[in-house]
Amino acid sequence: MEQKEIELLKLLEKNGRLDTITISKMIDEDPETVEEMIVKLEKEHAILGYSTLVDWSNVYEYEGVAALIDVKVTPVRGVGFDKIASRIYRFPEVKAVYLMSGAYDLSVSVEGKTMMEVSRFVSEKLSTLDTVISTTTHFILKKYKHDGIIFDEDDDDKRMMVSP
Amino acid sequence: MSSQYLAKQVQDLKPSGIRKFFDLASKMENVVSLGVGEPDFVTPWNVIEASYHSLEQGYTAYTANAGLLELREAISEYLEDYFSVSYDPEEQVLVTVGASQAIDIALRALLNPGDEVIIVEPCFVAYSSAVILAGGVPVTVSATSENAFKVTPEQIEAAVTERTKAIVLCSPNNPTGAVLNAKELADIAEVLCNHDIIAISDEIYAELSYDEKASSLAEIDGMKERTILISGFSKSFAMTGWRLGYAAGPTDIIQAMTKIHQYTIMCAPTMAQHGALEALRNGRDSVDNMTTSYRQRRNFVVKALNEMGLSCHLPGGAFYVFPSIKATGMSSEEFAEKLLAEERVAVVPGNVFGESGEGYIRCSYATSIKQLDEAMKRMSRFVENHIK
Repeated sequence: MEQKEIELLKLLEKNGRLDTITISKMIDEDPETVEEMIVKLEKEHAILGYSTLVDWSNVYEYEGVAALIDVKVTPVRGVGFDKIASRIYRFPEVKAVYLMSGAYDLSVSVEGKTMMEVSRFVSEKLSTLDTVISTTTHFILKKYKHDGIIFDEDDDDKRMMVSP
Repeated sequence: MSSQYLAKQVQDLKPSGIRKFFDLASKMENVVSLGVGEPDFVTPWNVIEASYHSLEQGYTAYTANAGLLELREAISEYLEDYFSVSYDPEEQVLVTVGASQAIDIALRALLNPGDEVIIVEPCFVAYSSAVILAGGVPVTVSATSENAFKVTPEQIEAAVTERTKAIVLCSPNNPTGAVLNAKELADIAEVLCNHDIIAISDEIYAELSYDEKASSLAEIDGMKERTILISGFSKSFAMTGWRLGYAAGPTDIIQAMTKIHQYTIMCAPTMAQHGALEALRNGRDSVDNMTTSYRQRRNFVVKALNEMGLSCHLPGGAFYVFPSIKATGMSSEEFAEKLLAEERVAVVPGNVFGESGEGYIRCSYATSIKQLDEAMKRMSRFVENHIK
């Protein structure tokens, strides 16, 4: 992949709202070229979407819980872990699924409105799948940092207004 | 207290023009500042953590006058890697309180009363005053926009007299961002060698060069023995408040500087030295990431300024652009004052960096793209209202 494409991806990964004109100035390309690069990267599935990182704990009256679940499964001959992973990641409650090395097989991130809702998902949907051997649910108590962004970061500029 | 007690030399020193803008800007709300001469990044965490650790371990005593030997060794290795110049860490490297202190004691180590020092303007505000305080006489030479703010060997030649002892060069430059390449340095070096002039080479921005790797004056043939290479951690590692710099040069000069240092400072702060050691050992990725950001911001700002009608060359390094404001018919100070009053954008008038800075302003792009975008919008509106 071209250097400029990687530079573009890194910029967008940090800030999906950066507009084409600004990007074009930053990476020294025409706005049209930047647009073309973005379309190409979308087609190649290098860019999958544009999302916003929300700290829901700062949203008034919003209630929600998240959990990380360690899942042990029996891999299926011929398709390995992929088949079982796909049966899990298609549930809308599931926000992320990773195949892991180590003590368990799949790491599943689940979000729900209440602890009860997440518990019910685990006991009724996840653990009842044929190939699931066991689950260990860890509820997230507090988010400190996500995708490289520190929550509650004090972003005041501590420098003097003018200096040599 | 009456000023009659003050030394004449100090009374005669001009106050820094930057101070005035600081006073004006800091009383206002909602100011976007492009007036800051330091990184917007916080020091990389591994450096902060290493300094914590050193304190926890009880490293709170003085170090050797010249600085921790480990740190001097790391500096020496770094200079060898980066510029291919080798210095003996035991004799030829001195850790200082910022590059500023290194410049001060270099001048004090070299100058006899009346010795002349060539200063290339526009430049960092402290050089001339430091020369005067060291008993010398600053002789200024003006780098102009016609030559992309690069001083020529002919200009230096013309400024040389029998009393010329040294020159202070700064590349990449504050405030213009101009970078002298190896060829340009070699041409200047020839003049310096011919006239037996010592170079104080302020290379604090060397890592922040965006189009090609900056060259050190010390790597030019014949220059190592007459160059005091001065750098530090402030700019490239975002460590301005740590106050840590260094000088590397010929044994005699570094030892003389160490003598002044030992009687006046004792040693650079120990916890900062431990942080700096970590910066040199494991700070490369952080510097690369910051440099990428600066390059993108530079590109953005230079395009935006030219679009609004303030002609601005693409500077090769540091984190400043130095656009011309001549199209508005205003003086640098007038432009900066009005811009602050009308649009709440703080910039530094070019004339504070020397007479040849008149007609220009210094904008620092060491601030987020969001802030830069806002500043450019406000400046564009301002220029539209005032352009002749």
